[in-house]
Amino acid sequence: MQLTLWTYEGPPHVGAMRVATAMRGVHYVLHAPQGDTYADLLFTMIERRAERPPVTYTTFQARDLGGDTAELFKNAARDAYERFKPELLMVGASCTAELIQDDPGGLAKALGLPIPVVALELPAYQRKENWGAAETFYQLVRACAVPAVPQAAPRCNVLGPTALGFRHRDDLREVLALLDRLGIAVNVVAPLNATPSDLARLGGAAFNVVLYPEIAGQAASWLQRNFGQPFTRTVPIGVGATREFITEVAALAGVVPALGEESRLPWFSRSVDANYLTGKRVFVFGDATHAIAAARVAARELGFSVVGFGTYSREFARDVRAAAAEHGIEALITDDYLEVEARIAELAPELVLGTQMERHVAKRLGIPCAVISAPMHVQDSPARHSPQMGFEGANVLFDDWVHPLMMGLEEHLLTMFRGDAEFHDEATPSHLPATLTWAPEAEKELGKIPFFVRGKARRNTEQFARDKVLATITVETLYDAKAHYAR
Amino acid sequence: MSEAATLVERPVLRERGQREVFCGLTGIVWLHRKIQDAFFLVVGSRTCAHLLQSAAGVMIFAEPRFATAIIEERDLAGLADANDELDAVVDRLLARRPDIRLLFLVGSCPSEVIKLDLSRAAARLSARFAPDVRVLNYSGSGIETTFTQGEDACLAALVPIMPNVGRPLLVVGALADVVEDQFSRLFAAMGIEVGFFPPRRAGDLPAVGPGTSFLLAQPFLADTARALEARGAARIAAPFPLGVEGTTLWLEAAARALGVPTKRFRDATQPSIERAESSLSRVREKLAGKRIFFFPDSQLEVPLARFVSRELDMALVEVGTPYLHRQHLAEELDLLPADVALSEGQDVDRQLDRCRAAAPDLTVCGLGLANPLEAEGLATKWSIELLFTPIQGYEQAADLAGLFARPLDRRTRLVF
Repeated sequence: MQLTLWTYEGPPHVGAMRVATAMRGVHYVLHAPQGDTYADLLFTMIERRAERPPVTYTTFQARDLGGDTAELFKNAARDAYERFKPELLMVGASCTAELIQDDPGGLAKALGLPIPVVALELPAYQRKENWGAAETFYQLVRACAVPAVPQAAPRCNVLGPTALGFRHRDDLREVLALLDRLGIAVNVVAPLNATPSDLARLGGAAFNVVLYPEIAGQAASWLQRNFGQPFTRTVPIGVGATREFITEVAALAGVVPALGEESRLPWFSRSVDANYLTGKRVFVFGDATHAIAAARVAARELGFSVVGFGTYSREFARDVRAAAAEHGIEALITDDYLEVEARIAELAPELVLGTQMERHVAKRLGIPCAVISAPMHVQDSPARHSPQMGFEGANVLFDDWVHPLMMGLEEHLLTMFRGDAEFHDEATPSHLPATLTWAPEAEKELGKIPFFVRGKARRNTEQFARDKVLATITVETLYDAKAHYAR
Repeated sequence: MSEAATLVERPVLRERGQREVFCGLTGIVWLHRKIQDAFFLVVGSRTCAHLLQSAAGVMIFAEPRFATAIIEERDLAGLADANDELDAVVDRLLARRPDIRLLFLVGSCPSEVIKLDLSRAAARLSARFAPDVRVLNYSGSGIETTFTQGEDACLAALVPIMPNVGRPLLVVGALADVVEDQFSRLFAAMGIEVGFFPPRRAGDLPAVGPGTSFLLAQPFLADTARALEARGAARIAAPFPLGVEGTTLWLEAAARALGVPTKRFRDATQPSIERAESSLSRVREKLAGKRIFFFPDSQLEVPLARFVSRELDMALVEVGTPYLHRQHLAEELDLLPADVALSEGQDVDRQLDRCRAAAPDLTVCGLGLANPLEAEGLATKWSIELLFTPIQGYEQAADLAGLFARPLDRRTRLVF
């Protein structure tokens, strides 16, 4: 048993949902108890998806366990097919259904549906979300892809972007533009927006571009073994890696590696204001792909010192250890949030580049932080185009990582003016009059109001008291004011 | 009231199919805020941990007083091993959090299916950590509990350790501290001494026994009520304290049961009633005549439907609830319009079909459905906010109405 406060990855069936939700024409029937439907809100809330994930849950209850949960599953699968008419049905079990061993794959196949059924075996007590996504994508590719002769023009598939991926939507746009500038045609992008028929056409490409090895690595290896398609190893995050990526894909496609438009990052990083970034001590943590890339950009392209570095992707521990060695440090390989927190506290870095978990840690420790990897928050799915990959991605990295830090000139000014009477946190603006008296009970009552509306409640109550010419604010004043301002 | 209750024989649409609701573990999100020295340790899977952090969402800035002991492959091999592992996890936890006085081992779907006996584990650990920490257990599993039933299971687990014989009145169900204090002042003005359950600190459990009357503050506490009745306490039947009318009827039921003179009751409540009605009237004009559809979620749906129909003049299209407790809701059901469409349980796809066909002005639903329905053009109110926001009592009546008015207000402002 593992004590867990927060978890970096969900269970493997959430990985499968990320693939299903990214695609079109598939439906996933998940044998799962009620409550597991919470996973829908990850997609509809964090990513603000306008459609429900294409998932039907059997939502069995305790009373069903004595009866026939297998029948429940078959009915759910049959109804889901009738209602959603997918091209392909994915079936599987969540952690609880795994224990009751109903064999969703066998049950679904016995239904004799006129569409392919892909049974997913995702061991919930051993594996996690990214593994689940990789396994699902691999199984779908195996089930759908048929060998084909690659067409003449340099042509590739782009593999890896899913729903609920950290900036996958924006990375994809950057990489597609980059491939377009090089004159490389794109055969299929998957899983994002791909249908099962698109997967069938994967064999028509000369090679594969792997954006996220955590998700597409397994499928790409299979395609290499079976269809002879080589795949890219460079993840184009940062200026240097983007240039290497261009060289790599150009070689695979047999085209001229034209660099074209470059990033502003190198100049911004050389400009004088960036001098204060020199040697800033930075802690990096995330999935393997983003952590390795971030450490490289931090050290080589921003001139930071990487003092701590790690990942929760155990499957990629070897790659991360090798990268850490290049920075002269030892990698922290753990999915225990408490361990990461302890390491950050011990190293006391000046900037944390991490996941949402590290953002919370950093906030508590008063350290600036930028998020570079899933798990993510609704803020990490922004409205604007905000890639991590490509030259525009490098611009985004500069802005996102440098803005949490105090600007160079600003830092000097703060030191210069420190100690001035009007230059401290508690000083109130001079145009505001002295505050009213709050009766102790009223102050206490105010304290019970949720913190995010407390400031407004205080301002409204004081304004109300001034209007009514009251010297002291009581509990009654507080509620009278509340009623007064109620809209 | 009891006579009226027998009159209720309303048609209820009972459905079985996919339920789009949280499991009882979700209650931990507000229970851990309420009982400030309690810790909730879910014995479950990575899914449980993931659910909790997803449902807790915005609240994760502080170190939480809940965690998950994630069952792994090797725990499934043999149960003796799982018990040792659980003890080790609890050791680590209590060493880290010496401020904890009450620890709940919370059962989950996987722990129930493998029949891990958490009551024995709780007894064993309780003996080991007495008197500093008391260890109790309850199940928040999705195979047994729906969303708010987790609070019911938690409170029912606390009932046996409540001291004997206490104050004449007990208010039962987690309320925001600010609401609790308002009710305290109202009861004090009537001369009633009142205890609240659950308490803010584990050591302050109120007493209960024959002679205790209790008022349910929440409609989802079936097991808790039964456990209190087994201790000799008597439930005061009343509607729930949502809205001005609901709050008045709720307080009045207690006042009547405890023999408070009518004048004293009126003097205590009149200023609050007037203030609340004036605030409410401003929201009513925005909502009157609007059609509302409730998806099943928290079991608060029936009292909420009563409030919006009687105090805000809204029209009820469908009132869905995961479970309809006919006895505890008898007074509420009496106040609903005669032709209301009630549904119990869920088949989410069919319910969505009905909702789309009815095209209500406002749909109250969970977070998994809200954005998709908005994208289809339906205005929605996330039901979970009704659990996380103080909505009970007079001072919150207009806030509660405001929660329904805001999505509609927003639509009138946005121009694209």
